[in-house]
Amino acid sequence: MEIIIPILICLGIAAVCAIILTVSNILFGVQEDEKFLAIRDALPGANCGACGYSGCDGYARALSEGKISETNLCVPGGDTTSQAIASVLGVEAGKTVKVFAYVGCHGTCEATKKDEKHLRDGFKTCREAAEHWEGENVCSYACIGLGDCAAACPNNAIIINDGVAKIISSLCTGCGLCAKNCPHSTIKMVEDGTIIAIGCSNHDKGALTRKMCTNGCIGCTKCARTCPNSAITMDNNLPILDHSKCTSCGLCVDACPVHVIHKDVFVCDKCFL
Amino acid sequence: MLKSLILILMGGVLVNNYVLNQFLGICPFLGVSKKVNQASGMGMAVIFVMLFATAATWPIHNLILVPLGLGYLQTIVFILVIATLVQFVEIVLKRFIPSLHASLGIYLPLITTNCAVLGVTINNISAGYNFLESMVSSLGVGLGFLLAMLLFAGVRSKLDDSNAPKCFRGLPVTLIAASIVAMAFYGFAGIVENLLA
Repeated sequence: MEIIIPILICLGIAAVCAIILTVSNILFGVQEDEKFLAIRDALPGANCGACGYSGCDGYARALSEGKISETNLCVPGGDTTSQAIASVLGVEAGKTVKVFAYVGCHGTCEATKKDEKHLRDGFKTCREAAEHWEGENVCSYACIGLGDCAAACPNNAIIINDGVAKIISSLCTGCGLCAKNCPHSTIKMVEDGTIIAIGCSNHDKGALTRKMCTNGCIGCTKCARTCPNSAITMDNNLPILDHSKCTSCGLCVDACPVHVIHKDVFVCDKCFL
Repeated sequence: MLKSLILILMGGVLVNNYVLNQFLGICPFLGVSKKVNQASGMGMAVIFVMLFATAATWPIHNLILVPLGLGYLQTIVFILVIATLVQFVEIVLKRFIPSLHASLGIYLPLITTNCAVLGVTINNISAGYNFLESMVSSLGVGLGFLLAMLLFAGVRSKLDDSNAPKCFRGLPVTLIAASIVAMAFYGFAGIVENLLA
């Protein structure tokens, strides 16, 4: 019989606790906005920050409180998420542009000798190195290759191969964190379905570029002259591709004497989460 | 009277520092000490919960359990009471002081069954403190926790920039740093007896 009293005491205290919690929840409980909950469910929950908010919760709160009306800020979620949010809010869905990361640099260790520079200077992050990244024969547009982007990527979609960041397109969700963390802005977010990409970001004159990197663009303008749709324009010795005009014919790829323009199918599997 | 209270307070902060000397509450100590502002938020939440928990558990122990001869139930009952209390405080804070809830909110659920909180309430009882002494002791322990968190957050922010050998990076070097900080705190042993002499 002695065991009854402790059991009763424990049960009694537990019951009092339960009552206090239930009553206080009824009395003081804050009802979460239904809209907020519905929007949060619609978001992918990746908390990548591509929308510009601290996470999915932050974006959902801003939407539910009416601070913003753009339903298309979620890049990983894409059109499906945009439509889901729009149906919760009762507005028309905005189009999301599918993007993924592209590294506009092919300056490998062999082409740039940057591995020697890294060893000499002992920097551990790109940001650190970019502060001191100057001097002769050093490309100030290049991928530094110390992997700030790889560290920022929530999906481990970036590896550093031969001194240059490489995007594993099957893992990229297009959140853009790598582009934000690249101190040279070498990583660019390009639209999904892009086939032609320009693999150099150097705006210097050809001779100077080639001194720094044997894979660099010489600015010969041959691609711009070859393009039948005038999709390529030259901007300070570097071709700029207008994706809306590009038909992916690939003539520029063949024309480029230094093989800086690449043809590849950049379709990002995870962009359609 | 005042002298003994000050001794209890300083003892909690420095000599019997729960984290660095008694190794209670190591989980948040390692988990939330990456940034100084997070560490201070966690420390504040712990002080807050420790004070409330002591204020609730001391009367329960001395007015309910002891008269019934059920002192051995204190662990179970205290966990129950502390968990309820933290949930209650969270609900109330969310309703009435949303700004405080926003700053402490994510840390409060972490503390519900934190061993430092349970430890301070049980140690207050076993040390035979009266209610006022218990509260002062909890405040001291809470302040000690905050101090340990802040110190260690500072150490860790330095560790991030350090060039540790590859096999030591991350948790190993953090644990080694924690042990060095703990050793430093042993220097305070014996200070309290002579503090007001």
